[in-house]
Amino acid sequence: MNIPENLRYTATHEWVRLEADGTLTVGITDHAQELLGDIVFLELPEAGRRVAAGEECAVVESVKAASDIYAPLAGEVVAVNTPATDDPAAVNRDPYAAWLFRIRPDDAGAMAGLLDAAAYRHAAESESH
Amino acid sequence: MSFIPHTAADVGAMLCEIGAESIEALFDEIPAGLRCAGLERLPAAMNEAEVTRLMQSRARADGLALNFIGAGAYEHHIPAAVWQIAGRGEFYTSYTPYQAEASQGTLQLLYEFQSMMASLTGMDASNASVYDGASAAAEAILMAVRAKRGARRVLIPAALHPLYRRTVRSIVAAQGIELVELPWEAASGTTNWKAIAAGAQEAAAVVVAQPNFFGVIEDADAATDRAHEIGALAIAACNPLALALLAPPGRWGSGAGADICCGDAQPFGIPLSGGGPYLGYLTCKQPLLRQLPGRIVGRTVDLDGKTGYTLTLQAREQHIRRAKATSNICTNQGLMTAAATIHLALVGAEGLHRIAAASHARTRELCARLAAIPGVRPLFPGPFFHERAIGLPRPAAGVLERMVRNGILGGHDLSQDYPELGHALLVCATETKTGADLDRYAEALAEALSC
Repeated sequence: MNIPENLRYTATHEWVRLEADGTLTVGITDHAQELLGDIVFLELPEAGRRVAAGEECAVVESVKAASDIYAPLAGEVVAVNTPATDDPAAVNRDPYAAWLFRIRPDDAGAMAGLLDAAAYRHAAESESH
Repeated sequence: MSFIPHTAADVGAMLCEIGAESIEALFDEIPAGLRCAGLERLPAAMNEAEVTRLMQSRARADGLALNFIGAGAYEHHIPAAVWQIAGRGEFYTSYTPYQAEASQGTLQLLYEFQSMMASLTGMDASNASVYDGASAAAEAILMAVRAKRGARRVLIPAALHPLYRRTVRSIVAAQGIELVELPWEAASGTTNWKAIAAGAQEAAAVVVAQPNFFGVIEDADAATDRAHEIGALAIAACNPLALALLAPPGRWGSGAGADICCGDAQPFGIPLSGGGPYLGYLTCKQPLLRQLPGRIVGRTVDLDGKTGYTLTLQAREQHIRRAKATSNICTNQGLMTAAATIHLALVGAEGLHRIAAASHARTRELCARLAAIPGVRPLFPGPFFHERAIGLPRPAAGVLERMVRNGILGGHDLSQDYPELGHALLVCATETKTGADLDRYAEALAEALSC
């Protein structure tokens, strides 16, 4: 299970990276893409949309399931990875490069509430048993 | 395996196993206001012999009248081969397949149906059918509302089939969708699309009935353009037989055409019966593909490179996505789809054109005969397909009753749904009617009006 140490995670299998400009980049974990199988479609939010923490804001559809992606923190969607919608399989190939959207969080301090790599590994492993 | 329902002991054992006290307790989460107490008007159970006698007496009561009623369900010649083939066990007994890919023949048939409906409507994709035209219209509206995220108003013409409007209201009203009716103009019987106010900008969709319930051809190009101008999708609701003569919705307007098309494919090989089963179809343009509910069959290749058929785009459907599914549709109208597909394959594009043209011609000829009867006049002067609204000098209900005594079903009484039309009748003559039939109709109508 590839879980980079430098990222934060949610229990719902999103990864989160704090950028230098204070925005958060969000994608799905290697474990999540593995569970979903071949990803065929990405439905991403519109830039400018306000989201609450835990709100459904994207859908990743594979050949066997369509999964909601949740906003890790409250804030405003400031960017979406539009090129990825033309090549959804990129999420399978490199889930940590094929990000989905960026959020400007209302409270960057809330990052502390997200899981670190070790905690996510523990959560993912206990879920699969 | 027996199809005898569970015994009280079976039910008790199952409830005990899952720890529920009663069957009712399983439905606790449904608010009381949404639950139906019981079906009081359901008659007592009958055995097979009793049902047979009842049905035979009903069939005799129906008689063999000459039928001129259209109003959404149309009498057409059905080649004997259609139901001979559809009646084969492989089609007749198979429900929508659950081990889908094990039923390659069924999937290929559904794929052919989709291809034909997409081609006829000028759209990119089709599902494998829904129950009927009215529920197809409701699903088309739900598609548009999902696609337009946030816009929850839909404009529907008052000249759309009244049963479609009622069904749509039943299905979408409780989902917070506002339906706004567009009036028709008294002089033409058509909808004034250009008059749709800019204030309707929050609309997710504009529905365009072609032909409309009065049989009149709408200015579908203007409707589609106006819908797109106000930022809404254009939903076509069409008699698919009419599309053998008229422009396909996918090419309506000056831009990319209507976005969704829905309607009832009953005219394709499905006999008239008391309310159905009929056959809803639903097609759309590529950008809306993922909003298209229900079963969709795709063509692919197997490991050896051989053509095969498979259910596709199912990840958003009920059996996978549960409460978050695109719709609550999990089936299609399998047997009727088989009949329609066989019918279309038999008659072909040219045959379909001939049936549509002959139906139009018969209705023209009927109207010419009716013009000679004092007090009878077409209500709307514009182009029509195979159905026309006719004004009468006295109430249609009594006239129809007198015509029935002469063995003629004279049409649909429009005053029920459109009292503003006065004494009005909707009459339809398809290719099934001969010149002698039209003479009989004209005589019977004249007689009914004179007594």
